[in-house]
Amino acid sequence: MSEDQIKNLEAQFEARIARDEKIEPKDWMPEKYRQTHIRQISQHAHSEIVGMLPEGNWITRAPSLRRKVALLAKVQDEAGHGLYLYSACETLGVSREELYDQLHTGKAKYSSIFNYPTITWADIGAIGWLVDGAAIINQVPLCNTSFGPYARAMIRVCKEESFHQRQGYEIMMTLANGTPEQKEMAQDALNRWWWPSLMMFGPTDAESVHTAQSMKWKLKRKTNDELRQQFVDQTVPQAELIGLTIPDDDLKWNDKRKSYDFGPIDWDEFWQVVKGHGPMNKERMNARVSAWENGEWVRDAAVAYADKQKEYKSKQAV
Amino acid sequence: MSKDWPLWEVFVRSKNGLEHRHFGSLHAADAEMALENARDVYTRRNEGVSIWVVESKHITASNPEHNAELFEPAQDKVYRHPTFYDIPDEIKHM
Repeated sequence: MSEDQIKNLEAQFEARIARDEKIEPKDWMPEKYRQTHIRQISQHAHSEIVGMLPEGNWITRAPSLRRKVALLAKVQDEAGHGLYLYSACETLGVSREELYDQLHTGKAKYSSIFNYPTITWADIGAIGWLVDGAAIINQVPLCNTSFGPYARAMIRVCKEESFHQRQGYEIMMTLANGTPEQKEMAQDALNRWWWPSLMMFGPTDAESVHTAQSMKWKLKRKTNDELRQQFVDQTVPQAELIGLTIPDDDLKWNDKRKSYDFGPIDWDEFWQVVKGHGPMNKERMNARVSAWENGEWVRDAAVAYADKQKEYKSKQAV
Repeated sequence: MSKDWPLWEVFVRSKNGLEHRHFGSLHAADAEMALENARDVYTRRNEGVSIWVVESKHITASNPEHNAELFEPAQDKVYRHPTFYDIPDEIKHM
């Protein structure tokens, strides 16, 4: 194809997205669109998969059967979300093995929030309430994104996500209404998860390099700072309602903006964790890679069994 | 190095009376495992009463590049629609 022809195709492509048409896997697309989507969708899938690890830590120690079945169902949902997203990503011509390989070798990123430890039961409450709450705000606009398979996967994900947030808030509420020790445990979890949750929305608009392009392709509908503000405004009253305190001395209602002003985020910490120096980066990757490697004989056995069955059937047919 | 599991497409009937609809895809070693995985991945909340799985390589798909020759001929055949035909106003329903 000549350069002019490609330019022409690109113009038509951008016009289709501007008209809110969806792009499907076999449609022509600019290489950069394909690559950006592979990167974002796979990062998203990896986050769901790694996100099972901090919560899995508490399944055997959940304080009641009710909490245990809920946590099991939630972790199973995260696995499902990872799988929806991996298969959406594969429609762009990348294989599942390549995607796993990128995760296991550290070439691909996943959400930094999962590099923090879950040291008490209240952390499970805080993750559901804050981390899933932030994820929902990030994800809802993606139900309308331009790439069809991604949008369809996100609709399914968003439908399932609100149970996650409610189960987390209920855990926090129960602890906050419990003994002084239990309330302290809830407050401690909020103290540790609050700032990392704000970081989930990514760098400030001034620092964010992909925002303009992502807006055009409808991978983003609002900027990082707008989404972060939305999260703060929505979460502060929820904390007040159960008697917990947001760990931010600068937090106060701004009557002019009809929004909360909040203190500065420690971006050095954010970049440290992104670059692999968070408290749990190594452990998460070790857990993930050894799960994959220790499962290899099971995957091989399944293939050997499938081959044998095929052989047996074809012999019977003769 | 292990052999990769093939890709399967999953179709789910959400209730009797409706057709099976494409829900997504997954990897599995064989058809039986594909069905079991489809149940766990796509029907955790009563989304279905019946599942079909088919290995993706068995699906032949049209190419969007040929959309013009495939689908445009239908556009100017207005005589295939009831509104193309004139009937007297006295006839209320036909």
